[in-house]
Amino acid sequence: MSLNTATLPAPAVAPHVSGAGSVTRTMLIVQAALLPATLYGFWLYGWPAIFLFLLTVGACVFFEFFCLRLAGKAPAAHLLDGSAVLTGWLLALTLPPWAPWWVAVVGGLLAIVFGKHVFGGIGQNPFNPAMVARVALLVSFPIPMTLWVAPLPITAANAPGILEGLRIMLGSLPIPDAVSSATLLGHAKTELSRGVDLLHSLGAAHGPMLSLIGERSGSLGETAAWLILGGGLAMLFLGVISWHIPLAMLAGIALPAAIGHAGNPARYLDVGSHLLSGGVMLGAFFIATDYVTSPSTAPGKLIFGFGCGFLTYVIRTWGGYPEGVAFAVLLMNTLTPVIDRFTMPRILGRDRRGQPLSIKS
Amino acid sequence: MGFFEKIFSSHWGVHPDDHKRPAADVPVLRLPVPPRLFVPLAQHVGAAARPRVVVGQKVLKGECLAEAQGNISAPIHAPTSGTILAIDEITAPHPSGLPLLAVSIAPDGDDRWFDCQGLGDPFAESPQAIAKRVADAGVVGLGGATFPSSVKLALGLRSGIDTLIVNGSECEPYLSCDDRLMRDKALSIVNGVRVMLHSSGAKQALVGIEDNKPEAIAAMREAAKPYGEVKICPVPARYPMGSDRQLILELTGREVPSDARAADVGVIVHNVGTANAVYDAIYRGRPLISRLITLNGGAMGAPGNYEVLIGTTVADVVAYAGGFKGDPARLIMGGPMMGTVLPHARVPVVKGTAGILAFSAAEVAEQEARNCIRCGSCIKACPMGLMPLEMAANIRAEKLDGAEKLGLADCIACGCCAYVCPSNIPLVQYFSYAKGALSAQTRAQLRQEATKKLALSRQERLDRENREKVEAAARRKAERAAQAAKASESAPAEAKAAVKEAVNEAVKEAVKEGASA
Repeated sequence: MSLNTATLPAPAVAPHVSGAGSVTRTMLIVQAALLPATLYGFWLYGWPAIFLFLLTVGACVFFEFFCLRLAGKAPAAHLLDGSAVLTGWLLALTLPPWAPWWVAVVGGLLAIVFGKHVFGGIGQNPFNPAMVARVALLVSFPIPMTLWVAPLPITAANAPGILEGLRIMLGSLPIPDAVSSATLLGHAKTELSRGVDLLHSLGAAHGPMLSLIGERSGSLGETAAWLILGGGLAMLFLGVISWHIPLAMLAGIALPAAIGHAGNPARYLDVGSHLLSGGVMLGAFFIATDYVTSPSTAPGKLIFGFGCGFLTYVIRTWGGYPEGVAFAVLLMNTLTPVIDRFTMPRILGRDRRGQPLSIKS
Repeated sequence: MGFFEKIFSSHWGVHPDDHKRPAADVPVLRLPVPPRLFVPLAQHVGAAARPRVVVGQKVLKGECLAEAQGNISAPIHAPTSGTILAIDEITAPHPSGLPLLAVSIAPDGDDRWFDCQGLGDPFAESPQAIAKRVADAGVVGLGGATFPSSVKLALGLRSGIDTLIVNGSECEPYLSCDDRLMRDKALSIVNGVRVMLHSSGAKQALVGIEDNKPEAIAAMREAAKPYGEVKICPVPARYPMGSDRQLILELTGREVPSDARAADVGVIVHNVGTANAVYDAIYRGRPLISRLITLNGGAMGAPGNYEVLIGTTVADVVAYAGGFKGDPARLIMGGPMMGTVLPHARVPVVKGTAGILAFSAAEVAEQEARNCIRCGSCIKACPMGLMPLEMAANIRAEKLDGAEKLGLADCIACGCCAYVCPSNIPLVQYFSYAKGALSAQTRAQLRQEATKKLALSRQERLDRENREKVEAAARRKAERAAQAAKASESAPAEAKAAVKEAVNEAVKEAVKEGASA
């Protein structure tokens, strides 16, 4: 009958109910949305890719644990939020599938320690940790980071088995030359730089259809554009992300691509190739939409997404690298605080500049 | 509203589970007179009422216990007949548990009314006379704000408003007392609204009711049918629809400027419970001495709506209503979004009490606050268009000015941001803290300025006195010199001039000395 004061929490403040999900729930949904493309990547590139994925995620979790301990936070509770796993997961999906073990470990270190915890841990980092690691790896170790392999499904007769896969990842078994291959964007860029135009360098074999299915060379989890798109749409449907950044980013690539390709098809790739190659789908739905490093208002998200897409196109078309999603996202990350500042919502009863509305009579 | 705002900012507010039923469907029970009543003197916004009864005095039901004091205040009346036991401090129905002055009454059991006279035709009276009667009946805003209703009516009349908005939205989850009142007393409410229209000078009344209360909407439509000026307007169920700025925007499309009052855009807002209290005050001459409250929550034995005398303790109300179910983990006065935690159950029900919630441990599952992940849910939820996450980040860094620039003063503490926060950050608490700290800062600054001004004027006065003293001394010295000169009649004109100069010099020197002293 009487009120149990022992269970009365000290400063209980309104609201007394909560309708929120949790950070953990969000992270789990994102991971579930990534699962189809990841499993497809496992199938497409076999055991070396599976081991690389596990090692990358493991490295991220290890460094997260290490940093939390250093910071004096309870590691168990914070690890359970799933953000380190997600960072490792995203990083792994953007790595060349047969990359050696130390790429995964150094990547985990760069992402978690230098990309996240030096700024104060979750929520405090200005840059997307996975992209920090990806770009740092690419710039520091260009050879292993651009060693692409042709699809060799795990079920194929000549695919490496478990033991061979482990040895490939550990670097004790060289990758057969016949297996290495080039990505569509890389191939187009190389040929263009040799003076071969796109009409000749890209034979009839290429086309968006191939990319759409995903059976091509590329990063571990970026090739199956349609599986990534499906996962992204599921997140949209569940309200984990909003449509603004993905749509704006795809538009940011598609618009200049359409204009360029219409003007000079021999020099500029078509819209389909742009949208379905490289990391665009993964970037648009899973990387640029990172809450921490993207603007929080709807107009800000549109600007940010469009910027990511447009910069990607610029880097791909005129830059030194065949792919530019990671660079574009990092560049736009730097603008996030500024975009947030200039796209603040209008306060009810005030005008855009924050002055009280005048009374109309 | 521009095109972009239509796309981008139409999603304010949240949609919590309302938990209104089954409590809303249970018929109202009237609580018997409890063994003791504690009627606080401050149950409204403004100055506390001044007692006009003495200990030991016998009072009748409805008799005035304490009268309004100052422009914004309201009188307090005896909820039943009995003897005044004491006028002293009790625990306030507030988380602080601070003491509060209250009149304690030992009921005599007769529950005998004083001689109350209603008005036959209130429309024959002047608007001011109606407002006066409303004031004398101690009617305050029953939606929770407890602002003296007559003050608002008079303000409306002065401002020449055209619309009276009657708030029947009851957007707080768990609460259903307004819903129940509209179902059971629709006629009284509509008549109260008509009287308020007359008293405030408004041309039309818009009654906003959330569409999750179809029975109330039907009852009110039926009651308002003969009166074209009273329109029943269903509004979408969305928290905080019952906040005045949001409801005004929804019903009239008018946006109240942040530095203005509703009356400045031609509107005043009253609660349906207030309309019913106005009806009682005008047609029956009865002051506000009881109200409908909702008992609800997982640990409440018999959820439902109860008519309770003001001053009944929460413990008495709950005991009558079947007690608690298990041990309540939290006892809340008001709704779950903005209600306050009660220190214990021995506090009285006051005019602003819309409900008492007893939450079970499962309902208040508290979680530790984590870092903000900038998901932006709070921005989408904020009905005022603020950026709660940025404001909280500023406040964490003790940058209160930064938070103020982001619109802290416009925060209505509705709790939407904290409700949707996946990191369980107590955002409302941050904002309450910052508002308190800022107003303390302002007060301290004012005090400092006043002190400085006093010190300056004191120094000025001392200087002036000194100067005057020195000047007087110099004058006396000069006069003496002049007399001496006069005495030596034979002195030539040059000597006279020399004396004059000497006098001037002496004055100047003395003044300088005085100044440096």
